Amino acid sequence: MNFTQKMVALKTIVIKEYLRFIRIWIQTVLPPAITVALYFIIFGELIGSQIGDIDGYRYMDYIVPGLILMSVITNAYANVVSSFFSAKFHHSVEEMLVSPLPNHIILLGFVSGGLARGIVVGITVTAVSMFFSDFQIYSYSVTIVVFILTSILFALAGFINAAYARSFDDITIIPTFVLTPLTYLGGIFYSIKMLPEFWQNVSLVNPILYMINAFRYGLLGVSDIDLTTAFVIIIGFILALYYFALRLLRIGVGLKP
Amino acid sequence: MNALEIKNLQKTYKNGVKALKGVDLTVKQGDFFALLGPNGAGKSTVIGIVSSLVNKTAGLVEVFGQNQDTHPADVRMHIGLVPQEFNFNIFEPIGEILINQAGYYGINRREATKRAEIHLKQLDLWDKRYDMAKELSGGMKRRLMIARALMHRPKLLILDEPTAGVDIEIRHSMWQFMKKVNSEGTTIILTTHYLEEAESLCNNIAIIDHGITIEQTQMRTLLDRLHVETFVFYLADPLETLPGCRDFPLRLIDSTTLEADINDKQKLSDLFDILKGCGIRVISMKNKTNRLEQLFMSMTKSEARSG
Repeated sequence: MNFTQKMVALKTIVIKEYLRFIRIWIQTVLPPAITVALYFIIFGELIGSQIGDIDGYRYMDYIVPGLILMSVITNAYANVVSSFFSAKFHHSVEEMLVSPLPNHIILLGFVSGGLARGIVVGITVTAVSMFFSDFQIYSYSVTIVVFILTSILFALAGFINAAYARSFDDITIIPTFVLTPLTYLGGIFYSIKMLPEFWQNVSLVNPILYMINAFRYGLLGVSDIDLTTAFVIIIGFILALYYFALRLLRIGVGLKP
Repeated sequence: MNALEIKNLQKTYKNGVKALKGVDLTVKQGDFFALLGPNGAGKSTVIGIVSSLVNKTAGLVEVFGQNQDTHPADVRMHIGLVPQEFNFNIFEPIGEILINQAGYYGINRREATKRAEIHLKQLDLWDKRYDMAKELSGGMKRRLMIARALMHRPKLLILDEPTAGVDIEIRHSMWQFMKKVNSEGTTIILTTHYLEEAESLCNNIAIIDHGITIEQTQMRTLLDRLHVETFVFYLADPLETLPGCRDFPLRLIDSTTLEADINDKQKLSDLFDILKGCGIRVISMKNKTNRLEQLFMSMTKSEARSG
């Protein structure tokens, strides 16, 4: 395949993936908007009013970055894990496997689908946040770059989960028992400075902490973590997951007997 | 040039099952080739390996002279696959399924839309183009997979039981379509359990059993090996006793049905003369069993005995 043909192929997968989640927007885009609104009402209004300011921001404003990024993480992941596993389940992934598509185009196509859902959900949730908070974006460039890199990272993670999954149960185990706890413990609702020193050090092992704090820096200009360290960790994870996912495709893990 | 060359193809699955122990096949360009074998013989594994859906353990696969190991993308570009199981997203409109498939081969949407229209019309699916695939009948789903496999104009079309579960009328129309595709230059490899299908469509044949090729020859050569055929005659008038006939062993099945064994040195016209001489009028006749089926059964049974 020449470059033009590869781009046609990539565009085909991206459009297919985009239409897949947009067709079912009631299941894919609406729920995170409702969930975030509930978080704002319960944690921001009712409980947050008792907490006071963190790093000079109202509690309501402080949790905005974490809540937006939480939606982005879960949706970028969910899009790829469900789409790729469904393609395996229905065997429609064979349409791609018999074609001359290079593995990196297949991977980029699915990841782009996850990125697209991350962007659509992120924008929706940000719009909802504006009803509860009057935050001003501190750095557009940091905000957008962290937003995109985080979507890519979790789209890749979703792809790997789907490659190994053998049943629909297998695609819910990681989000339920790994992703959700790490997200909640990643500093969405608090600054790690509020924790005892021991738990501050334990928190530093959680990669999601770096993403949420980098995103918080972009939106509010405050962070518990050095921005450069956060970028190095995010990009490092992306590269590692990308090559791992590509290797799974090349070997045919979960795809080829 | 050969369309497909397979040498010593082996496959051992992770559970230790040796599905292929050394398959050799040669399919000439432009051929309509039958790949037969009993259930579990390894046909689908061979097809899976050739179409890149199964990893081989050992052996050589070349498609139009290109090695699958060194030129995988070129090999895939040449092949169109109609698998045994439905393998499309049942929640997608069928027009989209075809256009997306073309897209995976780098064909732009405008060209893909034109081709989809041609193939959907050829296979009587045009009226269903906006329907979800799940709404199609079994026969329509089979035809959809054929249309999908043709979207990138493959030089080698592999049909793995394409008419399974399809009614006779549609099966015959699919035969006509496959003949047309073959006559236009596409090499076709067909696996089927309907042996009359293989007999009427294919020029050359290979039989696989227990993971090895037990026969590869011309269809005519294979059928010539059949020395005795049994014919069934349906009579116009009831018959109470069998006419005496030394040369042709006759059996009276019921009062209006006769069976006769005829070897390859005897002429059917001689038997008709004898029946006519006895005042027996024949309304119709047929082969008791499909000729290829008889051979297939004897070959795979003898292989099982020797195995």
